[in-house]
Amino acid sequence: MKPLSFVTAAAIALAAPMAMAQDGPSAQEKARQGMMRIMALNMGVLGGMAKGEIAYDADRAQKAADTLVAVSMIDQSNLWPEGTDKDSSKFTGALPAIWQKPDEFAKAWMALGEAARGLQAAAGSGRAALGPAMGGAGKACKGCHETFRAKTE
Amino acid sequence: MRLIRWLFAVALLAGAAVWWLTRPQPLPDDATAGLQGDAARGETVFWAAGCASCHAAPGAKDAARLILSGGYRIQSPFGTFVAPNISPSPQGIGGWSAQDLANALIAGVSPSGQHYYPALPYTTYTRMTLQDVADLKVYLDGLPPSDAPGAAHELGFPFNIRRGLGLWKQVNLSADWVVEVGDDPQLQRGRYLVEALGHCAECHTPRDAFGGLDVARWMRGAPTPSGKGRIPPLTPDKLTWSAADIAYYLETGFTPDYDSAGGEMAQVVENLAHLSPRDRLAIAAYLKALPGPAGD
Repeated sequence: MKPLSFVTAAAIALAAPMAMAQDGPSAQEKARQGMMRIMALNMGVLGGMAKGEIAYDADRAQKAADTLVAVSMIDQSNLWPEGTDKDSSKFTGALPAIWQKPDEFAKAWMALGEAARGLQAAAGSGRAALGPAMGGAGKACKGCHETFRAKTE
Repeated sequence: MRLIRWLFAVALLAGAAVWWLTRPQPLPDDATAGLQGDAARGETVFWAAGCASCHAAPGAKDAARLILSGGYRIQSPFGTFVAPNISPSPQGIGGWSAQDLANALIAGVSPSGQHYYPALPYTTYTRMTLQDVADLKVYLDGLPPSDAPGAAHELGFPFNIRRGLGLWKQVNLSADWVVEVGDDPQLQRGRYLVEALGHCAECHTPRDAFGGLDVARWMRGAPTPSGKGRIPPLTPDKLTWSAADIAYYLETGFTPDYDSAGGEMAQVVENLAHLSPRDRLAIAAYLKALPGPAGD
């Protein structure tokens, strides 16, 4: 009995860290990716209209742009704890540069807010205005992804 | 004794042959004679050829990307190449003629008659028209000067011997087009933008053990030079986006599902956003016309 319980105890001790090893993204990683996904869906509405694939609808465009501004206002301070970079977790493409250059990262996020407000101002005023505003948004997205996100396959 | 004398003669001849084969071969002296450059056209060449991606200071944005002070480091299996200053200054290429620029881009030969390393993608630029070189020269002359000193490449033996590149060029430097596109003007323009200027293949085509492009697997994707991850294929069997989607990606960086470009492609998009919508569509049309692996 005694040796057996020792083995059981050892097994539990060994299994515990394995159970700790994540089998899915952390809450913060999920939140970040959800945030990006909401933006992508709304960019899709505006980009589709700019490209002429979706009929232009001022009300729908405005809602999409307003949503982008809303996401850009989400406070980021709880979303990027240490240990949620791509070297520590296989569920994220967040590069360690985010933690090494926090000021530059904050600036890149602020550039998104600026671009989103540009879209918000342009969205309701016709399809022609969407193109340049989408260009500005693309610049903000790239500007951050270039330095802070790992390339995807 | 006689045999030794013979062996010596053969070795001497072989050495002379290698010396001859490896010699830098600049263009004819009058290659650019009489060409008038145009700065506005040169600007298109500049963005299409992606000069700023390597020659702007690392991390430079917007207007700062026009200061071609160099410093970008290209990691490769042969060592690290450091992009030089090519601004119009004494530290850059201020004293160059259009002929010098043509020799660099088309023949891979420096003004002092040495081989350049193909980190400068002259295997692509060798297909450029001399008029495009002359236009580019005038545009480059009008950019802001930088006095940033150059840094040496960090290469081990034998890759630090430039003369050896003569042999490499014998195998890898060809002005022939890679893809046959017929006489459709849009496809021809797209091919020119990709095969002569854009140097997409330098990353998207795999290389052989000597660093030459494996043109039989043109644009089929490749490992990254640093060894981490893969650069995606562009052949239509793999890149299934519509031509309009590809053109939009090259303009804004947005993929069809509105993810956005990162890494080196962010720089490429930054460059190609300066082209006309027509040119971006021509690139897209060329990519859609690429032969896929089915031909094997």
